[in-house]
Amino acid sequence: MLAVEGLCKRFGGFLAVNEVSFDLRAGEILGLIGPNGSGKSTTFNLIAGNLRPSAGSIRFDGREIGGLAAHAICHLGIGRTFQIPRPFRKLSLLENVTVAAYHGAGGKISRAEAQHRAETALEMVGLPVSSSVQTNGMGAAALKKLELARALATKPRLLLADESLGGLDREEMEHAAEVLDDIRNRLGITIIWVEHIMGVLMRIVDRVIVLDHGEKIFEGKPAQAAVDPRVTEVYLGKART
Amino acid sequence: MSTTRLAWAAGLAILIVLPFITPTYFLHLLIQILIWAFIYTAWSLMGRFGFVSFGHGAFMGIGAYVPALLWSYWNVTPWLGIPLGVVLSGLLAIIIGYPCFRRRVIGHYFALVTLALSQVVLLSLIAAREITGGSLGFTQRAVGYSWYALQFPEKSYFYAIAVLLWLFGLAVWRRIDRGIGREALEAISEDEEAAASVGIDVLREKMRVTVISAALTALGGAVYGQYVMYLNPETVSGIAVSLQIVFAAIAGGVYSLFGPSVGALLTLSLTEGLRVWFGANFVGAANTIYGILLVLCIIFMPQGIVGTLQRPKGSSARRDIAWNWRKG
Ligand SMILES: Nc1ncnc2c1ncn2[C@@H]1O[C@H](COP(=O)(O)OP(=O)(O)O)[C@@H](O)[C@H]1O
Ligand SMILES: [Mg+2]
Repeated sequence: MLAVEGLCKRFGGFLAVNEVSFDLRAGEILGLIGPNGSGKSTTFNLIAGNLRPSAGSIRFDGREIGGLAAHAICHLGIGRTFQIPRPFRKLSLLENVTVAAYHGAGGKISRAEAQHRAETALEMVGLPVSSSVQTNGMGAAALKKLELARALATKPRLLLADESLGGLDREEMEHAAEVLDDIRNRLGITIIWVEHIMGVLMRIVDRVIVLDHGEKIFEGKPAQAAVDPRVTEVYLGKART
Repeated sequence: MSTTRLAWAAGLAILIVLPFITPTYFLHLLIQILIWAFIYTAWSLMGRFGFVSFGHGAFMGIGAYVPALLWSYWNVTPWLGIPLGVVLSGLLAIIIGYPCFRRRVIGHYFALVTLALSQVVLLSLIAAREITGGSLGFTQRAVGYSWYALQFPEKSYFYAIAVLLWLFGLAVWRRIDRGIGREALEAISEDEEAAASVGIDVLREKMRVTVISAALTALGGAVYGQYVMYLNPETVSGIAVSLQIVFAAIAGGVYSLFGPSVGALLTLSLTEGLRVWFGANFVGAANTIYGILLVLCIIFMPQGIVGTLQRPKGSSARRDIAWNWRKG
């Protein structure tokens, strides 16, 4: 479904993503982990069209999408969440998701249909479906859910979820992980899931890729990652300092 | 619901009756208020989303001058001249807007680019003094009552045109406010990147509202030109006119349907009142007082006059639910 090859992103003289390659099968849930600053969010920005690759190719269903505009990539069927939630504060919760549903479909659906899709997405992530809820009163966990709901409302075939567990407590993390699992199993959406901690993610993903300083240092089953010397060094080494 | 209907009906009834009971002088003032109200409303279509244009003087100037010059020199009916001016303004909006939006020129920079645009059109009008009369202005060729020339010495005709124009402006404002267009533009005004990521074509949405706003402003300028017959670069284009539009619209309130219109009503009555009151006694005093009042208005009522008056009602309707997510 997705084929990334030799992907690079340079900020000035700094290589944030360095020759990253991987393939993704339809229906898979892939974990993308690595310490802070290892280039995970940048990789998402490149795939979702928020940044232009410095080199390399990104093919989605066989079509080159590297460098396309973000809205065009959304229309092709890739949805993303932002690590730090970016709600539209002037819009209500429902409007936030409705506008995503409408424009995600390229404006080719009615407003009523957009709202229906929005409601379905809100239900899916466990947010209230009410037109009076504003985003101002929402806590960190709820905002993370809003990011997911907004991405889902665009009806993606591939979902890029950036640190959906960040800043959540234990119980909230468990539920968020269940939601992602559900999205894959019930909606059949392929997922790349980024976290900087291993935790719950390792239980759910089919496969994991580990980034360090913009380079892919591991790819394989979660169980192998836990015992891989390079991965443990990156993780435990970092944890001790 | 029915009270709003009633209010609309009453308002319209007053507008219909007014020309029969008001002296000509007030009718003249009213026509100008309605035309400017339409232009301010057109500006607020963009302004309310934070796209603050200081270039609307340019669109108004083109809208006013194109049909006037075509009529006066080449006998082209304003029925063709006006659409042409509107289209030219729309094209100019595209020429200026496209590179700005493409390169994400926003905030102060956008204000500066559009400010320059105002001045370019003003200076061009002055420079083409052979046909425009330069800074002395020029008077359109008058033929008396004529639908073909869109000239009516009788004020009631222009009053009717101005009312229809104004209602048309409100209808456009309403349509954008009610439709999914507003949601997309609100999203864009807050976070272009996040908006693009949910499939919003940021460039297209911004271009669309800009072209609509510019075209309507040109239409307003055209009707204004047909009405006053005498055109001067300083009164229909340039930075001064752009500033007048920005201030009055913001003072009235860009977030509400009637905000820009109230801005027009108050600023024009105020200018006129001060002018009459001070007469020729203290030249400049009227303008100074006007300026001070505007500044106070903008500082103490950032939502505009109408927005501030509506506040208590609005805030209770928009309940902010402090709300904590938990499973089950
Ligand atoms: N727009 C940018 N400009 C310059 N440097 C950036 C930019 N975005 C990210 N970086 C840098 O790239 C590196 C990788 O960042 P990021 O992809 O956000 O890491 P991660 O998501 O894995 O924590 C960091 O060192 C970060 O400072
Ligand atoms: Mg990150």
